[in-house]
Amino acid sequence: MTKVSFDVNGDTHQLELDTRTTLLDALREHLHLTGTKKGCDHGQCGACTVIVDGRRINSCLTLAVMHEGDEITTIEGLGAPDHLHPMQAAFVKHDGYQCGYCTPGQICSAVAVLDEVRSGIPSHVTADLTAPVRLTNAELRERMSGNICRCGAYSNIADAIGEVAGRSA
Amino acid sequence: MRAFSYTRAQSPAEAASAAAHTDNAKFIAGGTNLLDLMKLEIETPAHLIDVNGLALDRIEETPDGGLRIGALVRNTDLAANERVRRDYAVLSRALLAGASGQLRNKATTAGNLLQRTRCPYFYDTNLPCNKRKPGSGCAAIGGASRQHAVVGVSEACIATHPSDMAVAMRALDATVETVRPDGAARTIPIAELHRLPGDSPEIETTLQPGELITAVTLPKPVGGTQAYRKVRDRASYAFALVSVAAIVQPDGTGRVALGGVAHKPWRVEAAEAELPRGAKAVTARLFADAKPTQDNAFKLPLAERTLAAVLREARG
Repeated sequence: MTKVSFDVNGDTHQLELDTRTTLLDALREHLHLTGTKKGCDHGQCGACTVIVDGRRINSCLTLAVMHEGDEITTIEGLGAPDHLHPMQAAFVKHDGYQCGYCTPGQICSAVAVLDEVRSGIPSHVTADLTAPVRLTNAELRERMSGNICRCGAYSNIADAIGEVAGRSA
Repeated sequence: MRAFSYTRAQSPAEAASAAAHTDNAKFIAGGTNLLDLMKLEIETPAHLIDVNGLALDRIEETPDGGLRIGALVRNTDLAANERVRRDYAVLSRALLAGASGQLRNKATTAGNLLQRTRCPYFYDTNLPCNKRKPGSGCAAIGGASRQHAVVGVSEACIATHPSDMAVAMRALDATVETVRPDGAARTIPIAELHRLPGDSPEIETTLQPGELITAVTLPKPVGGTQAYRKVRDRASYAFALVSVAAIVQPDGTGRVALGGVAHKPWRVEAAEAELPRGAKAVTARLFADAKPTQDNAFKLPLAERTLAAVLREARG
């Protein structure tokens, strides 16, 4: 067992964990924040996406004990039912899901994608590496490719993110 | 996952020494490949040495105008670095062609070089694999081998190296800096880092036990038109069937390295002399000793056509 302390959605947590515990399992099984979902558990589906120190990562492919002092944001930290994050509201408005299982990961990923674009991080489809990035539909889809939706709600997901991007641009 | 103990390293030399002197120890940085393999019990370390605190996360200019990239620089940060985008575009392009945004945010420069093959038989612990279990045989030979290597293969292994980044690093003649367990530093040309499988496919690099990569250095920029074209089964978030890293100069000379075709980034300097004569001549030299299977023979014409497309674009 190893001790670790990190912030989740603004609250500091001190945990004593088996070293094998992934960040995903620490959030779900130990802190009972079950909004973050376990899909493939191998970094292939993106359902477990959370934001750590401002960056989106797959919480299934990182050990909880490696996050000493980190600030972690999960879907529960983005908004609440009576006070939705704009990205959550846009997913509702555009029906950006069917079963909803991938949705927390999609939303965490989408929020981080808009930050990545704002900070000028290029993508595979960025035509000019030295020009500012414009968030076209092709850019958005490329950047969201690490989040799989087996219901195939992609076009509505893209509409939801596009609307928030337009509003904040 | 098997149980393991965990410590945070205090310095590169201490990490290397601890790795060499602790039974069945491994370094962990981004963890995106290692933890996946540990869950499947393909990797079963008894001890993990976390190197994330070692301050190897900076990109610095070298005195000769090149770049020294710390081993822990994340793939996202390397791809987005202003100097890399301007002077080493093939590297930015290769990084951005790999994995997903989430994985690039964690994956490190050194970890990317040391990631292991995605051969499905390496991953399936019910089947023989000389890389996973030396001497057990190779299920890919005679199996479904569409994704596998076509050149530099052996009777023991036809796995590919999965990295995109490493292919660009090979075209750029990068140098790998390491520290050994005795504290001594050394440099390894990227061409000599990865091994061909031969009869010991479980040994993938020329690193010694415990040796820790501390940085990757790029020589001063070589200019030219730089491109990385990756052909894969879907438009994003898939490994290469074939990829081409190319640096083409205005006079038609240049450099070419291929991904998805071998156990290491595949570059044959002699083949580059053929560049003015076109893609067919270059790939004829690159694949002079190719031994494709029935399933993956398509990679030879695919690589030729991909290179032809890259050259056409580079020459405008």
